[in-house]
This record gives sequence, structure tokens and C-alpha cells, in this order.
Amino acid sequence: MSVFSTIFTQLMNGLQTGSVYALVALGYSMVYGIILLLNFAHGDIIMVGAYTAWLFMVNFGQSPWVAVIAAIAACTVLGVVIEKVAYTPLRKAPRLSLLITAIGISFLLENLAQLIFGAGARPVPTIIDVAPVTIGSVSISGTAIVTIIVSVVSMILLNLLIKKSKMGKAMRAVSEDTGAAQLMGISLNKTITFTFAVGSALAGIGSVLYCAAYPQASPTMGAMLGLKAFVAAVLGGIGSIPGAMIGGFAIGLAEAGASALGLSVWKDAVVFAILIVVLVVKPTGLLGRNLQEKV
Amino acid sequence: MSKLLPVPSRGMIPERDIESPPVLEAIHLGVDFGGLVAVDDFHLLIGRTEISGLIGPNGAGKTTVFNLLTKVYQPTRGTILLGDKDTAGMNTSQVCRAGIARTFQNIRLFKDMTVAENVMVGLHHDIKYHIPGAIFRVPGYWRQEKAARGKAKDMLSIFNMQDMGDIKAGGLPYGAQRRLEIVRALATDPSILLLDEPAAGMNPSETAELMENITKIRDVYQIAIMLIEHDMKLVMGICEGIAVLNYGKIIAKGTPAEIMSNPVVVEAYLGKKEA
Repeated sequence: MSVFSTIFTQLMNGLQTGSVYALVALGYSMVYGIILLLNFAHGDIIMVGAYTAWLFMVNFGQSPWVAVIAAIAACTVLGVVIEKVAYTPLRKAPRLSLLITAIGISFLLENLAQLIFGAGARPVPTIIDVAPVTIGSVSISGTAIVTIIVSVVSMILLNLLIKKSKMGKAMRAVSEDTGAAQLMGISLNKTITFTFAVGSALAGIGSVLYCAAYPQASPTMGAMLGLKAFVAAVLGGIGSIPGAMIGGFAIGLAEAGASALGLSVWKDAVVFAILIVVLVVKPTGLLGRNLQEKV
Repeated sequence: MSKLLPVPSRGMIPERDIESPPVLEAIHLGVDFGGLVAVDDFHLLIGRTEISGLIGPNGAGKTTVFNLLTKVYQPTRGTILLGDKDTAGMNTSQVCRAGIARTFQNIRLFKDMTVAENVMVGLHHDIKYHIPGAIFRVPGYWRQEKAARGKAKDMLSIFNMQDMGDIKAGGLPYGAQRRLEIVRALATDPSILLLDEPAAGMNPSETAELMENITKIRDVYQIAIMLIEHDMKLVMGICEGIAVLNYGKIIAKGTPAEIMSNPVVVEAYLGKKEA
């Protein structure tokens, strides 16, 4: 393989994992933007999505399409239920209580999955069956292409939703000034529920794409993926939607870059080194805005 | 309790509104913060199309009254009637939808959103589609968005701001930000508009224009307007009824002429005359 084709292949790998990170990071960032909560249960929603896909394909013998829709629906519903059951009662509690609750929910989901499905990994059948595309001497896997296209389309739709729709404007208004938004007649509960639903649906899409690349479901799969997406959100500037997208792709490319240099054992370390550097050099991330004290 | 009131509460309503029911009625309203009584026995009726003023020295509790009326603080005592609706148990957004809109002393626009989007947040109640509708009935959904955009532009024209729709609200000059806040509040379709120091930081000519516009808004929209203001020329110039607050209590109510000659008010503002 020539140097060029190695670079190109790794670039595609980076974009593929990066787009999954970006989809998951969006959920982190949106929720943080609205209620200043680092929703550490977000990663485990992906695990539930993966098990749902597995359940539908292996146990119920459904087609991948049905499994994909079921996984996204399960993630959306789960995200909303978590918000209602665990976070709504703590709306007025200190942020730390919310954070600890999120970690608690994360453990609950992981252990529940272990109880129900066992500790071992379950192989997920092929979800995306697209022939690889060959350009010159380089061949790109069909999964990579579909993953990148699906996530870019999802992000464009999300952008339209946030920029143009009524609920999107409500989300931005709440995230900028919750009090003023409510005084303009915006229902805080509805807006928060909507945010969790959208964020979790994106995680659902992410879970399917992740399973397409790494075809197995295990109880702790969401933990590392969630953490890396969190790093992506922090790198982009937590609370910033375009930031989460950029951060996700940057983390994916950094990982691929480490692998290309023969440091694939170190790729997790590279990601967390990025987190440390961001927190030291520019804690607000690439596109984050400085938090001003409200008068 | 009511015998404590220095002026009868029905003394304020302008004559043309006497026949119609009051738009807002605060009955013995009060709030405590810890042991501190911030507002007590606040009793007020506001006429359907009245422009009224709430004045008083700094720290008298004027903004606290606005915060009580809009449920930013839940009242410890008393009742707020909006038309014939009791607002007990409502939260801020419900009170807004029931018809109270407000602006803020320190401007609280959504600065990262455009001017038109700020107004459209105010129009939120007006856009009827639901989330499933947004997903499945795409054409109807964009039509409503477009209608809202048009309406926002129309409303901005009150202050001649219809061409500023695409500017970021945070980038507007100060006076325009204050005007935009009023438009955003009007967009929620209120029956009473609360303005918290609308003329703060404005120069005399801007203030004069604002006075005209407040009266114009009242005439066009046929709503009641209540304002907190320190600029006495504005207050005495456009308010039909004035309530004076000191140490959280109403010390006087009446027409501008009555207030200006009221010795209790003069004392609250200037201190006791030396004998």
C-alpha cells in the first residue's frame, strides 16, 4: 500500500468513528446547553440501542430495517423516561445531585443489561450490507460510507430543526436564558423533554452505526464510547452544537491518526490526553462561549 | 387588612375603563424572603386599557412586584386575578400565556438569536403544530413558520425595526435592544404589558419617542401597560394612574397630579422637611 492509500484509508476510518462520536456528543452538548447537566447515562443509552438491535435481529428474526427503527425508538423512549423519572424531580436541586444521579443511572443500566443479557458480548448480525467502493487503488468499506452519509444527514436535519423550527428556537431560548424564555410563555418541561428525545434519538442512530462497525453488544460498551463522546463535546465546547460535531470528527481522526502511526494501543490515551490539553489550554473548548455571571 | 390602605384601591381606574372589568387585580399581595417582608399588602386594580406607573425609591420592591405578578416568585400571601382567572398555582410560562408579558430592567434578550427569532420566541404560543406534526406534515409546518416570520416583521414595524430582522439581537444598539424587548413581549399577545424601566439609559429625545410609542401600543393593541420608571417626566406624562411603593408597601395611589402634591410621596423621595 502506498503512503497515500494508507492516509486515505485512515482518514475514512477516522471519519467513520468520528461521526459516531459526533452523534453521541450532540446529545451530551444539547442536554448540557439546556439544563447544565453532564448526562453520563447518555453513553449507556447506546448500549441499550445495541441490545435492542440485537434482540430484534437475532431473537425476533426481524430485518435490519426493523431493528434499526426499534433501536432508535427504544433509545428515544429511554432518554425521555430517564429525564422524567430521574432528573425532573431534581430540577431545583444543586447540579451536583443531578450529576451523581446521572452516574447512578449509568450504573443501573449497565448492571441491568448484565443481569438480563449476561456479562459476555453478543454478536450483532450485519446491519449495513453495502458493497465496498474502490477508487483507484483504495477500497472504502460500504459501512464507512453509509455511516458517514447517515450522520452528516442527521446533523443537517438537526441543524434545520434547531435553526428553523419552533421547538428549536425554544431550545435555544431556554439554553440562553431559561427565566426569560419561560416568561415568554415557553414551557420548560416540554422543551427539556424534547431535547432529551432528540439527543437520545441521535444516540440511537449512533448505536446502530457503531454496531455496524463493531458488531457486538456488551453491557459496558456504552461507557468508553460515552466518555470519548464526552471528550468530543468538551473539545468542541460543551453546549455548542456545531462544536460537538467538529469535536466528534476531530476525536475520530485523532484516533485514526494514532493507529496510522502504529500507536493503536495508545489511541484511548490520545483521546484523554486531548481532554487534558483542552481543559488546561482552553476550558471553554473550540466554540464554547464564556459563561458570564448573570446580574 | 384593607383599612391599612391609604387610598381606596378603585381610585385609579380611568373613566373609560370603569365599565369593563379590570385586566389585573392584585389583592393583599405579599412575599417574604426568609424573615424579610419584601412586599406586603400590595393592593391594586388595573383598568382594561390603562397606562399605570409604579414608582418608588430604589429598593422599594417595584421589580419584586413585577416578579410576583409574573410568578418568578410565588407570592407568600394574597391573590392575583387576571381578568377573572386566579393565577394561583400557575408557573411563569402559564401566566405568560394567560396574558401577562414583561420586559426586564437589565435587558434579557436572547442575544445569540436574530431580532426576528427573538420576536418569534414570543410568538411561540401562536404556532400550533406539534412535534409529530413537525415530523410528518412538513409543508404545513413551514407555512406556519413563514407566517410567524411575517408577523414578527409586522410587529417590528411598530418601532421601525422591520429591516433589522436578521441582525443578531446582541449586536443591536442599546436603545434598539430595549425596543426589541418590548416587541418580543407584545408578541406573546398579552392583555397587560409590564415594562421594567423602559427608559433606563435613554437620552431625552429617545425617551420622548418611547413615550409616544407606549401610548401608541396601548391604542393599537388595546391593552393595559404598567411601567416602573424613574424618569418622572415620562411617568407623569403618560401614566393615568400611579402607585407609589416604599419599603414594600403602597404609600399612595392616584392620578399624576394627586401624586405630585401628596406630602407622603414627597417625604419618601426627598426626606422629611425640617421644621
